[in-house]
Amino acid sequence: MADVLLSVRDLVVEFPTRRGILTAINKVSFDIHAGEVLGVVGESGAGKSLTGAAIIGLLEPPGRVAGGEIRLKGERIDNLPPEGMRKIRGRRIGMVFQDPLTSLNPLYTIAQQLTETILTHMPVSKVEARQRAIALLDRVGIPAAARRIDDYPHHFSGGMRQRVVIALALAAEPELVIADEPTTALDVSVQAQIIDLIKEMCSERGAAVMLITHDMGVIAETADRVAVLYAGRLAEIGPVHDVITRAEHPYTRGLMGSIPTLTQDSDRLVQIPGAMPRLTSIPKGCAFNPRCDQVFARCHTERPDPIDRPGGRQVACWLYQKEMANV
Amino acid sequence: MSEALIRVENLWRRFDVSKPWLNRVIEREERQFLTAVADVNFEIRKGETFALVGESGSGKSTIAKMVVGLIPASSGRILFDGTPMTGTVGADMRAIRRRFQMIFQDPFASLNPRWHVGDIIAEPIHTFGLASGADAANQVGKLLDTVGLSAKDAEKYPHEFSGGQRQRIAIARALSSRPEFIVCDEPTSALDVSVQAQILNLMRDLQDELGLTYLFISHDLSVVRHMANRIGVLYLGRLVEVSEGKSLFRQPQHPYTRMLLDAVPDLAMSGRRRKPVEGEIPNPINPPSGCAFHPRCPVAMDRCKVEAPKDRDTPIGRAACFALEMQPA
Repeated sequence: MADVLLSVRDLVVEFPTRRGILTAINKVSFDIHAGEVLGVVGESGAGKSLTGAAIIGLLEPPGRVAGGEIRLKGERIDNLPPEGMRKIRGRRIGMVFQDPLTSLNPLYTIAQQLTETILTHMPVSKVEARQRAIALLDRVGIPAAARRIDDYPHHFSGGMRQRVVIALALAAEPELVIADEPTTALDVSVQAQIIDLIKEMCSERGAAVMLITHDMGVIAETADRVAVLYAGRLAEIGPVHDVITRAEHPYTRGLMGSIPTLTQDSDRLVQIPGAMPRLTSIPKGCAFNPRCDQVFARCHTERPDPIDRPGGRQVACWLYQKEMANV
Repeated sequence: MSEALIRVENLWRRFDVSKPWLNRVIEREERQFLTAVADVNFEIRKGETFALVGESGSGKSTIAKMVVGLIPASSGRILFDGTPMTGTVGADMRAIRRRFQMIFQDPFASLNPRWHVGDIIAEPIHTFGLASGADAANQVGKLLDTVGLSAKDAEKYPHEFSGGQRQRIAIARALSSRPEFIVCDEPTSALDVSVQAQILNLMRDLQDELGLTYLFISHDLSVVRHMANRIGVLYLGRLVEVSEGKSLFRQPQHPYTRMLLDAVPDLAMSGRRRKPVEGEIPNPINPPSGCAFHPRCPVAMDRCKVEAPKDRDTPIGRAACFALEMQPA
């Protein structure tokens, strides 16, 4: 495997509130290697987007990183001053948000927004920046880029806007792109185009991608590895094919079974009882224990840490600890 | 299969999207109309789930609203159990109205936040005079039980429930007038997958128990495949293909259906290479001439640009495409 590009260790994100501190992300660790696509999945409230926001330093106050380390190529970035973080954001880590309408400024033309990003991060002249911007738009598949660059965001359709946002994220040739639900606001036929584009652009430039989504289909087609989050904790991480076809964590297994597919025939979908706990009432021990069908005594008292499994997989579940003890 | 419960004939809906009168005079513009639904025909048989799929702007929700009478049709007829919905008024209409209900997409918007859950569910019971007093409260309790909540929840407010639970409340409300037919407009698209599975299972159980007929609207093809007996595919307000549920996924006939199926990311990871889809849905104010799909169609011919294709029988249903006429079924 290639070098570790981004390493997240024991990340804790907290929100102080009047009724005490809410821990939204609780000791999450993972690595992203250069050039790979890491999928991050989970249901709403699992902490997917917060993980992305914490990495790029865009946590909304009062949210804060309360523990752990984030390293980009070995260099710590979680404790940088705002000025230092600004140099990394956009330059070394690009970001694609869910809603392409809100991530573009409606009052500026596409040209102004793209050249601003390029000029901020690269030592080029205005003329060169504009040429670069046109080349980028052309590359992300905007027809007649040289003419359309002077249009405003509202002149573009949703899919085209998301292409512009991708061009913006890649403008300074970052090493890592964090894509937070990049296709959720789009129709299926357009969704496929955007996924292909993100994949192509990143493999062309050797950039790694952290793809945050709730859509397992998108992950299955795009990611190399996938991390499954539950209630702000890492449930399972591993190669995408293994995790989807042979999930080991009971939550992942339930999640996969609950998704209707285009090929399988079954009358009923697998059903995980209950719902994900609120941050105010995360159960003691393993956060999944009230909904788990294989729960035993230890799950109620002790929280499982991710356990290394064959094939480069990690699973945070006591079932596998027991197995190892028996061997 | 039994006879048709709903029959939709030559249904059209145009929306007037013109600028205000003064702007039209000053800017010398014509009136503009958006054709949201164009000449749609289908029937829903008793006890089945008929699904409409399509991308945004294809007219799915407009059809759903016309079927339950929330917006009037521009032309065409909708027959409920043989009775036309337009023209029927007064007591006759009330009698029909009780027999169908609707479940909406967003359970945060479809429940009145100032009402107790019990009152929300009891409203149709009172409106149609099905029960009153303790009897009604009793029925509400039973309904809550049916959808997997507890009778005690009747005293709570909607904000005390999660999205999935609220959708259960919306289902209980839909069931309270003892309908035969329920229109479900994207009932699970606001929910997480594990909650979606719970709601879909519940809807199927209720269908088996109560013999319900569903019109199921969704953009999610895998959900539709799981739920539907028959499926209609919409493109720019036109019904391009209607087919038996599972067969549609095995042998899609219309080029648009094929394109749509190719575009869906697949969990099974069959390793198939998705064909990149060209273009986006055109503007419905100025739809393309002839077949509305021809600018994006891989098998478009000259004829498609001038003439709109008619429905034609296929081995699995019907589809409107000239290419199908070339290769006899």
